[in-house]
Amino acid sequence: MEKISNFNGVGVPFRYSNVDTDQIIPAIYLKRIAKTGYEDGLFSTLRQDPDFVLNQPEYKNAQVLVAGSDFGTGSSREHAVWALRDYGFKAVFSPKFADIFRSNCGKQGVIAGVISNADTVKLWEKMESEPGIELEVDLPSQVVRCGELEINFDIDEYTKWRLSEGLDDIGITLQNEDKIEEFESRRAAWRPKTLPVKGD
Amino acid sequence: MAEKLTLAEKLWRDHLVVKGEDGAPDLIYIDLHLIHEVTSPQAFDGLRLEGRDIRRRDLTIATEDHNTPTKDIHLPIAEPTSAKQVQALRDNTEEYGVRIHSLGDKNQGIVHVVGPQLGLTMPGITVVCGDSHTSTHGAFGALAMGIGTSEVEHVLATQTLPLAPFKTMAINVEGSLRPGVSAKDIILAIIAKIGTGGGQGYVLEYRGSAIRELSMEGRMTICNMSIEAGARAGMVAPDQITFDYLKGRPHAPEGKDWDEAMEYWKTLQTDEGAEFDKEIYIDADELDPFVTWGTNPGQGVSLLGEVPSPDSFDLASDQESAEKALQYMDLVPGTKMKDIRVDTVFLGSCTNSRIEDLRAAANLVKGKKLAEGLTMMVVPGSQKVRIEAESEGLDKIFKDFGAEWRFAGCSACLGMNPDKVGEFKRAASTSNRNFVGRQGKNARTHLVSPVVAAATAIRGTLSAPSDLED
Repeated sequence: MEKISNFNGVGVPFRYSNVDTDQIIPAIYLKRIAKTGYEDGLFSTLRQDPDFVLNQPEYKNAQVLVAGSDFGTGSSREHAVWALRDYGFKAVFSPKFADIFRSNCGKQGVIAGVISNADTVKLWEKMESEPGIELEVDLPSQVVRCGELEINFDIDEYTKWRLSEGLDDIGITLQNEDKIEEFESRRAAWRPKTLPVKGD
Repeated sequence: MAEKLTLAEKLWRDHLVVKGEDGAPDLIYIDLHLIHEVTSPQAFDGLRLEGRDIRRRDLTIATEDHNTPTKDIHLPIAEPTSAKQVQALRDNTEEYGVRIHSLGDKNQGIVHVVGPQLGLTMPGITVVCGDSHTSTHGAFGALAMGIGTSEVEHVLATQTLPLAPFKTMAINVEGSLRPGVSAKDIILAIIAKIGTGGGQGYVLEYRGSAIRELSMEGRMTICNMSIEAGARAGMVAPDQITFDYLKGRPHAPEGKDWDEAMEYWKTLQTDEGAEFDKEIYIDADELDPFVTWGTNPGQGVSLLGEVPSPDSFDLASDQESAEKALQYMDLVPGTKMKDIRVDTVFLGSCTNSRIEDLRAAANLVKGKKLAEGLTMMVVPGSQKVRIEAESEGLDKIFKDFGAEWRFAGCSACLGMNPDKVGEFKRAASTSNRNFVGRQGKNARTHLVSPVVAAATAIRGTLSAPSDLED
């Protein structure tokens, strides 16, 4: 994963709350077996409307999505993050994220930053008054800047550290392989095993 | 004196491999990893790219469910992308030596029906799957949660997951359900009460006399939809009903192992005096059958009620989302829920496709005819359920009624296989999500219990079983 520190990118005022992952990418796009190329599925239903915000030329190279509350609810599909990432988004801000979605973002180098409801509205208004304005996302100091606005965002320390260092979770875990082995050596015999196959 | 712990905290303690320091998450051991074709191909690719092997193939099991057709299953899968995804699972499991139950196999079915029926799901274990409805397995007193594809790869490679500790929420459901009211109504009422984000960051523990009275099937229905309240996991403490359900299943412990397990399982209750971070209360005596009117599972109401007006909500965002939902659902505020006519009824999904669900619906439709102009599809959760239902003659009851009797799979719960609700058609569905487009493009979903689905199929409008007595 690439290391992330500061970046500037066009922001999108995404005035929707309760956006489930079925809306971010419908199930029909989940049939692929590749890990990239999901940008065409992003918000595919909403994008059929010519007035939809992402269809406006000002937001063509958008990199920062500012959404309403309860973003990424529902299905665990990591494809939702892949679609955002492949479309070019490097950060999403919302007052509230669904747990699995937020965790999936952290694995794919996408910042999921929590901001207050009031700050969300301020950002929307600023971006709508100057469509296509760039936001500066400053991960080390957990601040997003837009014009005169300077807004703090929350992200858990561990995810921030991993994103900043571009670290792979599996690699980090395997540093503790001896502890996993030790745990397994005490695992009770009654605990489930799928092999050998039992029953008919 | 020992620390007072909740059930979820006990399981966390007993699966802790490494305690995280300085803000790092804890490393938690995973007892059982379930896999299906949709969220696993990229995980296997990841392993391949890094030259990593599966750490514990003996704790891993795969089944095909999301993409699989539910009729003509002897033919090759017609849709090329579905066929490719299923084939990728078959190739991956063969290459890595993972047990798989493929279409046609008698243990094939929805992953959350297959695990419990094989006796792999048991109290006191951790279960994960790349599917948000993994919370189902919490019904056994297991800590079970849905994960993303990167996490699937992580579990394949390490049999562990780095997880930040959760908060705990007790959902106390006291009293007794009235006739015609079931587990599905309890969970729909809970979600309507706490909202689709209300459980976020929590593990839910369902407690109280109404939960204790439920069968394992009912408990699975409730835990299944924990994710619809935003919680990653939901659980019920194991009791004699749990042990009786498990005993004798193919992979349940036997002999000395069973005794040892029982000794541990009996400790799996929240300690007297342990504190939850949050508690909520539901009065089971007062519950009516519950149905959704909108486009998220929190937009539900008593079946005796009416379609709400957007103005009745306090928050502007809720008003806006209600307006959009009503437009999509083509509903007018003030309409009585029971006056809403449906086009189709779907009985199935990981929420309500177990034998008890089929029996309850069959019991109502027996000897009756499907309402004029309606279609109905009955999709058992697994091939085992299908075989059991057929041995009891349920297939014949449904077919005589006018419903289609299908093979096992996720079916019309999500638009990934040939089973869909038609465009602008209205469905009474026993599934778990009424999202925009979930059951097919422009399909309108009302989430209901199996008995409400059956009564609706008979009358043609959303109906309670008690309406059949008139």
